[in-house]
Amino acid sequence: MKLNTSGLESTAPFFGLSNELLDGFSAAPFFEVPNTTNFDGFQKEAIQMVKPAKGTTTLAFIFKEGVMVAADSRASMGGYISSQSVKKIIEINPYMLGTMAGGAADCQFWHRNLGIKCRLHELANKRRISVTGASKLLANILYSYRGMGLSVGTMIAGWDETGPGLYYVDSEGGRLKGTRFSVGSGSPYAYGVLDNGYRYDMSIEEAAELARRSIYHATFRDGASGGVASVYYVGPDGWKKLSGDDVGELHYKYYPVTPSTVEQEMVEVAGA
Amino acid sequence: MECVFGLVGEGYAIVAADTSAVHSILVHKSNEDKIMVLDSHKLIAASGEPGDRVQFTEYIQKNVALYHFRNGIPLTTAAAANFTRGELATALRKNPYFVNILLAGYDKETGPSLYYIDYIATLHKVDKGAFGYGSYFSLATMDRHYHSRMSVEEAIELVDQCITEIRSRLVVAPPNFVIKIVDKDGAREYAWRETVKEAAVASA
Repeated sequence: MKLNTSGLESTAPFFGLSNELLDGFSAAPFFEVPNTTNFDGFQKEAIQMVKPAKGTTTLAFIFKEGVMVAADSRASMGGYISSQSVKKIIEINPYMLGTMAGGAADCQFWHRNLGIKCRLHELANKRRISVTGASKLLANILYSYRGMGLSVGTMIAGWDETGPGLYYVDSEGGRLKGTRFSVGSGSPYAYGVLDNGYRYDMSIEEAAELARRSIYHATFRDGASGGVASVYYVGPDGWKKLSGDDVGELHYKYYPVTPSTVEQEMVEVAGA
Repeated sequence: MECVFGLVGEGYAIVAADTSAVHSILVHKSNEDKIMVLDSHKLIAASGEPGDRVQFTEYIQKNVALYHFRNGIPLTTAAAANFTRGELATALRKNPYFVNILLAGYDKETGPSLYYIDYIATLHKVDKGAFGYGSYFSLATMDRHYHSRMSVEEAIELVDQCITEIRSRLVVAPPNFVIKIVDKDGAREYAWRETVKEAAVASA
């Protein structure tokens, strides 16, 4: 949050108090400061208050064959849907994906930045960076900007020398290693479906369908999620996009329209 | 909500911590190890903001290791506790770390010890200590049943009693706990107490 200090500039129009007493000599220009004892705290609270609730649904999980990553594609600004075709799964390099929840610009910028750092690591060390290392690079950057208003909730998923890897990283500086994560306002719904259907020894097809279905059910209940459900798979040979389905069409696929039984037929009243 | 507690017995110190990583109403992970093995004979159990918790404990660990490299002798538990307190006190008036710490260690000269350090840089040497919502339950339980000449078996039984009390009386009780121990043979994991298991994966 920035204070408007244009009043401090000499060329700016003078807008201090102007009565007879003050006429003739210059009074210091001023701007209104919130009436609070702890201004820093107030500022932080204000940022926290307007911080966008990560209006999205993203998920990723590790299973027998690798990592499955999925997300919706809706971008919203408050109640307004600003886009239905956002790429929330960011391709960091051919073996690593990042997901996007929170501020779109923050996520895009820092993932691109991470991509650069990963490539430089590859050039310097002649081997690809581990998922552990990459996620820690990102977490350390985000930690250093902690409390300054960044909004990022991301999962780093990929395949490295140790096999599949999955980390959750957020702008509060948290970094968690795990096998199953979902981030965003739709995540409780996604978790509900995902936790129930998850088995480690799923096939790629089963896992993709579970991911797709989790996103679909999240978009169904969460107003801030929608658009298309994209599903990516990361295996030993890198990532591959498996599908991108409009959730509206998925709805009719999962719940086909069936002719409903007519309870009462309208009939002509005789003699009317 | 977070529960970290520990106690000192005859020749050993035990610390236990919940293993939940929570964000508002969501449990993101139920097997997050919050007790770090600081060096061969020290344990550091921490609760607080997840980012600070990891960054700060790693920072302490690396600095304690650096001291050992430079001087050839490791820091005693008391020295490590005072160092940790100092770092928290310095940070307190700049950008505080929101971490509460139980530091357990074993030294040849002084035997086992436990230090209570909170985020406002309070340092206490204690026989038993606890942080978080679980502290109300575990402290009372420990006050009632603790005695300084407990055997390891008795102490583990007491820790289990604390965990049972937390699980049965605390509304927001975490499902899983990890217990670690430090004695003359070093610091190590002792056991997990789990009611929900995350799917086991070879690499996780």
